[in-house]
Amino acid sequence: MQHNVYLYIFVMAGVTYLIRMLPLTLIRKEITNTYIKSFLFYVPYATLAAMTFPTILTSTESPISAGIGFGVALIMAFLEKSLLMVAASGCMVVFIVERILGL
Amino acid sequence: MKKSYLKNGLKDGVPICLGYFAVSFAFGMVAKEMGLSTFQAVLLSITNVTSAGQFGGLNLIAIGAGYYEVICTQIILNLRYSLMSCSLSQKLDSSAGLGHRLLVAYGVTDEIFGVSVSREEKISPYYSYGLIVISVFGWVLGTFLGVVSGKFLPASISSALGIALYGMFLAIIIPPSKTNKVICGVVIISMIGSVLFSILPYLKEISFGFRIIILTLIIAGIAAWLFPVNEEYKEETAHAA
Repeated sequence: MQHNVYLYIFVMAGVTYLIRMLPLTLIRKEITNTYIKSFLFYVPYATLAAMTFPTILTSTESPISAGIGFGVALIMAFLEKSLLMVAASGCMVVFIVERILGL
Repeated sequence: MKKSYLKNGLKDGVPICLGYFAVSFAFGMVAKEMGLSTFQAVLLSITNVTSAGQFGGLNLIAIGAGYYEVICTQIILNLRYSLMSCSLSQKLDSSAGLGHRLLVAYGVTDEIFGVSVSREEKISPYYSYGLIVISVFGWVLGTFLGVVSGKFLPASISSALGIALYGMFLAIIIPPSKTNKVICGVVIISMIGSVLFSILPYLKEISFGFRIIILTLIIAGIAAWLFPVNEEYKEETAHAA
């Protein structure tokens, strides 16, 4: 490593912070344009859905445990359980499927 | 009031903290293998707070890549945060001034963004601080323990925790999908789109960060054009959620 590790770290941090900071500070006013407002309303759903599936299927040791964990989390989410409950039940099911059922 | 916002944020951030712990533990181990000291790994985690960006950055540090390359990689991997920041700029209480916005910006991650937008009402910066403090705590503690222990978490634990953050995302997007058909459509189409990006030739060469940006721009863009949201409709959905 001929470059300075600390310099790398600060370059990475600086770039990442600017990406996060600029829109938050530049857009201070309430947006009134209906199209942009609607777009921003749908953004979280598109973003989070695209991030979750299919990546969730490779998030554990086996696609079987991940698939079953996904199913259970989906049901718990459908029943409108809290974030923690949904996340924890997914984890528990994965644990059970992998360690007790050995799948 | 500030205190109760902070407390709510800390509470809502617990699942993020758990999920982050598992991911950053792995990060700490890899960082050690790449020759980073404990201090450097922890510094990297506390200043960056981004999983893909940090893993990507480690590889570049290891091969001694140029700073220009580091900058480009971080932009590609992390540009999606700017889209989230645009959305948060409207979600954050409009009385929150520049100072608050500069601080809240530090903690714009996929997960903190997800939890923030799942709130019905506008959020106080103190709520964000609560989320950020507990999440970064898990992120940094995991990194530290990953470096010093030098061993992987027991496979059973890390595998089980691996699904935590995705479970949380489902808890955010599924309930509103039940009452709002457009949101439901957006969620399903985005998932199908993401599957296509992970299997089709050419498309699968695109980095995860850009995949998310492309899908979000197209799908939320079309949804906004076909189904513009008016205020009452939006409130109805929020209350149902």
